[in-house]
Amino acid sequence: MYKLVQPPLLFESSRAGRGTAVLPPCDVPDRPLDELIPADQQRLTPPPLPELGELDVVRHYTNLSTLNMSIDSNFYPLGSCTMKYNPKRNERLAALPGLLAQHPYQDESTLQGLLAILYDLQEILAEIAGLDAVSLQPAAGAQGELTALLVAARYFREKGDSRSQVLIPDSAHGTNPASAHLSGFDAVTIKSDGRGLVDLEDFKAKLSDQTAVFMMTNPNTAGLFDPQVREIADLLHARGGLLYLDGANMNAILGVVRPGDMGVDLMHYNPHKTFSGPHGGGGPGAGPIAVRDRLAPFLPAPIVARKAGGEYYLDHDRPHSIGRVRSFFGNTGVLFRAYCYIRSQGPQGLKRIAQHAVLNANYLKALVDDVYPVPYDGPCMHEFVASARTFAKDKGVRAMDIAKRLIDYNVHAPTIYFPLIVSEALMIEPTETESRETLESFAEILLAIAAEDPETLHRAPHTTPISRPDEVKAAKQPVLSWQG
Amino acid sequence: MDPKTLKYSPTHEWVSLAGDVATIGISRFAVDQLTDLIVIDLPKVGASLVAGKPFGEIESVKAVSDLYAPVGGEVVEVNSAVAADVQLLAADPYENGWLVKLKVAPSVDLSGLFDYDAYVKKTAEEHDH
Repeated sequence: MYKLVQPPLLFESSRAGRGTAVLPPCDVPDRPLDELIPADQQRLTPPPLPELGELDVVRHYTNLSTLNMSIDSNFYPLGSCTMKYNPKRNERLAALPGLLAQHPYQDESTLQGLLAILYDLQEILAEIAGLDAVSLQPAAGAQGELTALLVAARYFREKGDSRSQVLIPDSAHGTNPASAHLSGFDAVTIKSDGRGLVDLEDFKAKLSDQTAVFMMTNPNTAGLFDPQVREIADLLHARGGLLYLDGANMNAILGVVRPGDMGVDLMHYNPHKTFSGPHGGGGPGAGPIAVRDRLAPFLPAPIVARKAGGEYYLDHDRPHSIGRVRSFFGNTGVLFRAYCYIRSQGPQGLKRIAQHAVLNANYLKALVDDVYPVPYDGPCMHEFVASARTFAKDKGVRAMDIAKRLIDYNVHAPTIYFPLIVSEALMIEPTETESRETLESFAEILLAIAAEDPETLHRAPHTTPISRPDEVKAAKQPVLSWQG
Repeated sequence: MDPKTLKYSPTHEWVSLAGDVATIGISRFAVDQLTDLIVIDLPKVGASLVAGKPFGEIESVKAVSDLYAPVGGEVVEVNSAVAADVQLLAADPYENGWLVKLKVAPSVDLSGLFDYDAYVKKTAEEHDH
């Protein structure tokens, strides 16, 4: 197999005196350095930066970029992350000067186009959710969760209701208990049953007048739609609680069912998963939230509103609002990409996305589940969780080994060891944008790996410059700069 | 310590009782499930633990998990060697890898915990999911 090579570090390629910058002559009067910077603040030695020609630097980064795995170069079935293809059209539109050259301190009268788009997006997201009001401010899904729970906390406080608990299934994303805790609630875990769904008996046992919110992910992290959702909502509402939907898996139900019709009172979206916002890189992101009417007064201020005359404005006059959660009006570049995607797909297109995401996941599951058993019976939604536990038991091969080996076959690894309720979990989400041929080729690779000898798998990947980093040392003693 | 003589909680902590002192650790199964361990957070001497409540955290390359007290009591000794180097726990969860020692009430009741055979049976079932 061809082994990729890591280019030397820029520091290692450096040659004294070699340079890139050709500076024009100084066109302002020369002044002594001491006049500009106090003597005790001046550096006596220049910083030890590498010295290279421009072409060497270009080659360095271009070659490094080829070691990266991305959706534009490789199949990327990273479960829970919905690594769908992001249409290039989004980027072209987001770069239009009418959007790119705006500044948030401009007068509102000169921002009418952008505000119209954001207003329209608020309306669209409310419609898809089957809910009444939207805030675009949160800068990521997790912040959306936190914002929604702060809204719920304010709602109960203004009613003089001192509920203290948030119920969360054991299959939930780790951000759920974190959001509950940060908004002042105690997180109470609800068990999953043998089908991978909410254990209704455990839910009933823990539901009380102290229950403020039940945080549900539906479809859940095992890729299963929980048909008990209406019953859960009714039980919860009868006790005065609110149903929150973690919208991470909206790609599976887009345009097919509205969360509001399931009994959901508030939710967040992950535009990078559902609406082709940019993935990864630590942001910028967006995590809009949608709520029912009675929660709307507490949404962050401002929201985009429209005057009777048709003029758009930022409504800051919201006395019950929890306040700001993000400067200005959120990460508008990400929101704009979501808007482009939604408008180019249209209502029928969005529905087809969900249908194809579910179809692709079920087809792939059927191709591999003889060898990689899926612990829960029946069809899945947009993703499925297979288990490598038989390999672990019989050959000492773990989910990590299989994930690492996939890299040698030019496929990105699935999410592993999540959700925690499945041992040796391989969480596979192909998304709607993959062809039948790609799915079949991936299935063949997975089956081929299953037949390989354990030693090959333990030492994988074999083709990358670095095979297995020492993850413990990397976490405990990270080396973050060149050591000379 | 012989794992066969220990009592186990459903959350994979073990306990060994000698007089009014209970030694607490986590099982080999738990260590294997966590995969490579990074760091552990243990309580201080004098802390009061409540049965079934978290008393510390363990972080692996996979996840951060709570440690739950299998019995309640006052912490009288903490394994500082494990706190400094969690690899000791990975190497030997039943001897050098113990976590804390508690002074427990004379009325302490271990009957709600699993014995070795029941625990092994439970983990085998868990592994089938």
